[in-house]
Amino acid sequence: MAAFLLRRLAGHAVLAVLAASLAYLLAAAALDPRADFEDRAPRPPASAIDAELSRLNLNDRTPVLRRYRTWAGGVARGDFGRTWQGEPVNAEMWRRTWVSLRLLLPGAVLGCVLGVLLGAYAAVRHGRAADRAITFASYLLLAVPVFVLAALLQIAASEVNDLAGVRVFEWVGESSPGAGEGAFGALGGFGDRLRHLLLPTVTVALAQLALYVRYQRGTMLDVLNADFVRTARAKGLRWRSALLRHGLRTAMIPMTTYFAYTSGLLLLGAMFTEKIFGWHGLGEWLIDSITRGDVNVVAAVNCLAAGCVLLAGLVSDVVNGFLDPRVRVGAA
Amino acid sequence: MNVLEVRGLNVTYAPDVRAVRGVGFDVAPGEVLGIVGESGSGKSAVALATLGLLPPGARVRGSVRLRGRELLGRPDAELSRVRGRDLAMVFQDPLSALTPVHTVGDQIAETIRVHAGATRAAARARAAELLELVGIPDAPRRARAYPHEFSGGMRQRVMIAMAIANDPVAIVADEPTTSLDVTIQAQVLDVLRTAKEATGAAIVLITHDLGVVAGFADRVMVMYAGRAVESGPVDEVYRRPRMPYTIGLLQSLPRIDGTARGARRIEGAPPDATEPAAGCPFAPRCPVSVPDCADAEPEPALTGPSGHLVACVNTVATADPARVFPAPDRLPVPARPPREERRVVLEVNELVRHHPLYRGTLIKRRVGTVHAVDGIGFDVREGESLGLVGESGCGKTSALMEILRLARPQGGRVSVFGKDTSDLSKGRRKALRRDIQVVFQDPFTSLDPRMRVADILAEPLVTHGVPPERTRERVEKLLELVGLDPAHACRYPHGLSGGQRQRVGIARALALEPRLLLLDEPVAALDVSVQAGVIDLLEELRARLGLAYLFVAHDLAVVRRIADRVAVMYHGRIVEIGSAPEVYGSPAHPYTRALLDAVPLPDPGRERHRRRVPLQGDPPDPASPPRGCRFRPRCPRYASFPDDASRSPCDAQDPVSRPLSGAVRRDQSVACHYPLLPGEGVR
Repeated sequence: MAAFLLRRLAGHAVLAVLAASLAYLLAAAALDPRADFEDRAPRPPASAIDAELSRLNLNDRTPVLRRYRTWAGGVARGDFGRTWQGEPVNAEMWRRTWVSLRLLLPGAVLGCVLGVLLGAYAAVRHGRAADRAITFASYLLLAVPVFVLAALLQIAASEVNDLAGVRVFEWVGESSPGAGEGAFGALGGFGDRLRHLLLPTVTVALAQLALYVRYQRGTMLDVLNADFVRTARAKGLRWRSALLRHGLRTAMIPMTTYFAYTSGLLLLGAMFTEKIFGWHGLGEWLIDSITRGDVNVVAAVNCLAAGCVLLAGLVSDVVNGFLDPRVRVGAA
Repeated sequence: MNVLEVRGLNVTYAPDVRAVRGVGFDVAPGEVLGIVGESGSGKSAVALATLGLLPPGARVRGSVRLRGRELLGRPDAELSRVRGRDLAMVFQDPLSALTPVHTVGDQIAETIRVHAGATRAAARARAAELLELVGIPDAPRRARAYPHEFSGGMRQRVMIAMAIANDPVAIVADEPTTSLDVTIQAQVLDVLRTAKEATGAAIVLITHDLGVVAGFADRVMVMYAGRAVESGPVDEVYRRPRMPYTIGLLQSLPRIDGTARGARRIEGAPPDATEPAAGCPFAPRCPVSVPDCADAEPEPALTGPSGHLVACVNTVATADPARVFPAPDRLPVPARPPREERRVVLEVNELVRHHPLYRGTLIKRRVGTVHAVDGIGFDVREGESLGLVGESGCGKTSALMEILRLARPQGGRVSVFGKDTSDLSKGRRKALRRDIQVVFQDPFTSLDPRMRVADILAEPLVTHGVPPERTRERVEKLLELVGLDPAHACRYPHGLSGGQRQRVGIARALALEPRLLLLDEPVAALDVSVQAGVIDLLEELRARLGLAYLFVAHDLAVVRRIADRVAVMYHGRIVEIGSAPEVYGSPAHPYTRALLDAVPLPDPGRERHRRRVPLQGDPPDPASPPRGCRFRPRCPRYASFPDDASRSPCDAQDPVSRPLSGAVRRDQSVACHYPLLPGEGVR
């Protein structure tokens, strides 16, 4: 198993390097940081702009491959260069990664688990009212873009707040200023953070859940009438335990592959979620950097995203190998 | 005292498919009841209804009593306490019937723990014991393996171990050996016999194979269109069948002893289960039907000794089974010059087809070679049919496909009508394809579902530039040639029965008037009563059109019926080749002998008294041929040698094929260091 994972990791590393390089070259070719410097008032002299751009490795008069070499050399040493303002990219990136993780992780886990359970349940109740309700809801969620969903949730939350007379839901930023200094001290601060997390988590979870429900329902339907579930019942297992012990695990195997691909979608979706809920995470940073023409930041975020997707791929391989003994043998 | 009593069982699938209609039977402890029927006869529905495992939406009426207790209508919770403990089941396909993600030991242990509440360790130990009982070597270690690490025969042993885990009083086995090779089938039937003796359980054996029932069952029940049409003691039913359907089945069956050459056959196909029955469902296919048959469905009535029940109006006509079906018109055997004087249409020399085995995702490494075809040679002459037989994985289909490629093989030489395929130009190759055509195994997947029959038949003609006005005429001719109605031309394949589809497949192959047909298991996917018709058609076409056949099949009886010459393949090699009567009559290779031994005969008396030593072990891994003779690890002759000196040629050298000599063996070659003498090893 370890050898198999190492080989997979090596394969993934090659892909990550390719993806990151392409992202840098695209960003360096398409974005125009010079325009931003020239728009400053007062407009700095051309020689100063050139010097500043060269210092930040953003000068479009330097051949793109030389800039790439400089950038790649830095990345190899673990240095992603400097932002447009001259700050190191690394420090800001790690800070924002942590923010994004706090925002996305609960929603992603919740969406995944609930999606699998609801999908399996819908399959078991195939054709009945519960199945149809779940199917309808998941299609509805799939049809609604993340930003619309978030806006709708905000409207609903403000209605609830008005009705309750207290601010049950908060949806701007990560915390309210001064929440940690109330009567409950640090605990109050934590509660306030949770309150802020509620709505974004629901948004992320719902968007994730809809897809998981569709896929899990499909795979579960396949095993519902599988011969081995019938064998389990012939052994004396009741229908429900035959499905849980023999059906569900087999039905989850294809989902592991799917997990890797949704994690990419998750990061993309985060841009909207962060913008709408005012979290200063990676997604928001990426959008802002693209509008500013901040090549190094765009490349760094893309690099991280590529790493994340491939890491998720590795995790899915591990889970797949854990769930499905056939894979272990095939890969050895 | 009967353990299992079924009365008036009716199963209806949604929306209105009446799968089983009023079936009843009893089984006593230690007794084996064989239920025989073709696909769609309702035999599997009987099995599932007995265990209460019918899919949701199926309606069931009647009574199923296990030791006097009614099972039908009880809730799932109560039934689950009976299932797996008192009443167990063995399913058909052991690959899909075992959960892929749990070890086999755990799956057996689960059966024990669900009912007996044993500790995990105790259940595991018992699982290992059970695996030992069903003949899995090194059981404690193998119990920790997953189903995909077992061969088909071994998986079926696991299924049987699971079924007998709680000492059931009755076991229902639904086609337990259908997906297995004959050699493995013999092994598994032995295990089932052991299991029966160990538990004393009553067994209901459901199968389509009359040979399996003959050797294994005490009583037999024949099902047709959801009804039990005949039942009684095996000897009685096989010797004096009284229902025309049973008579037809028994008489149309190809046999390895060759006695059924030019056998009778049942015309037509089984009825559609959605149409309500009016009168006897077999009447449209019955040669002795009388007007009374259309009045009402006949009820089973006692017609012979020891409870021989027959559901037939006209039992007077069936008193002599031999006279029920008219003897077929003997095909005029065309006067052919002796074999040596006929032209060679296909010659294969030292043909090799290896598949590389790769591992790795990004960087592929070659880790081995599958020796699918490893140097085979034979020739097929004008008007002759050569049968290629062997267990699954022996390379017989690979050989066929390699010939069909008409390209330069990896090794060796293929020449068709005297033309070497390795240096054909593109145009010449296409032209040559007119003369060599193929019929595939599965008529359900080898015809494009979106094309009408007429278009399917016209396609080869259009491809080869036959003018459209002649195409239509030719399509009509072809339909007539294979015994189909002209009205079938505008149907889609799904509107045809299995036998009709295979006839379309044959007609398509014949469209370009080829001289050589390659047939890949052409009747394996068809029901017994339909098989005979297609085999007859192939024989007739060969006689009328002077075709030559290269015929791949795993069913030795079918090959015996249609082949003039036989080549037996093992592990990518031809181990024995010769004229069919000689190879079947006096096999010279121990493998041929073992294959023939493993085929069950549809004759209870002979089958029961045959002393048979089943071939041990599984078909070999084609990626790792053993040193020396490839059959050595499974060879009963090699195993019986007392000293190393006589074994040394087998260890050292892979034997080459050489012709045998003798009065009876004029056309027979064998690749064995110690070929069997005529009459030797016959049991």
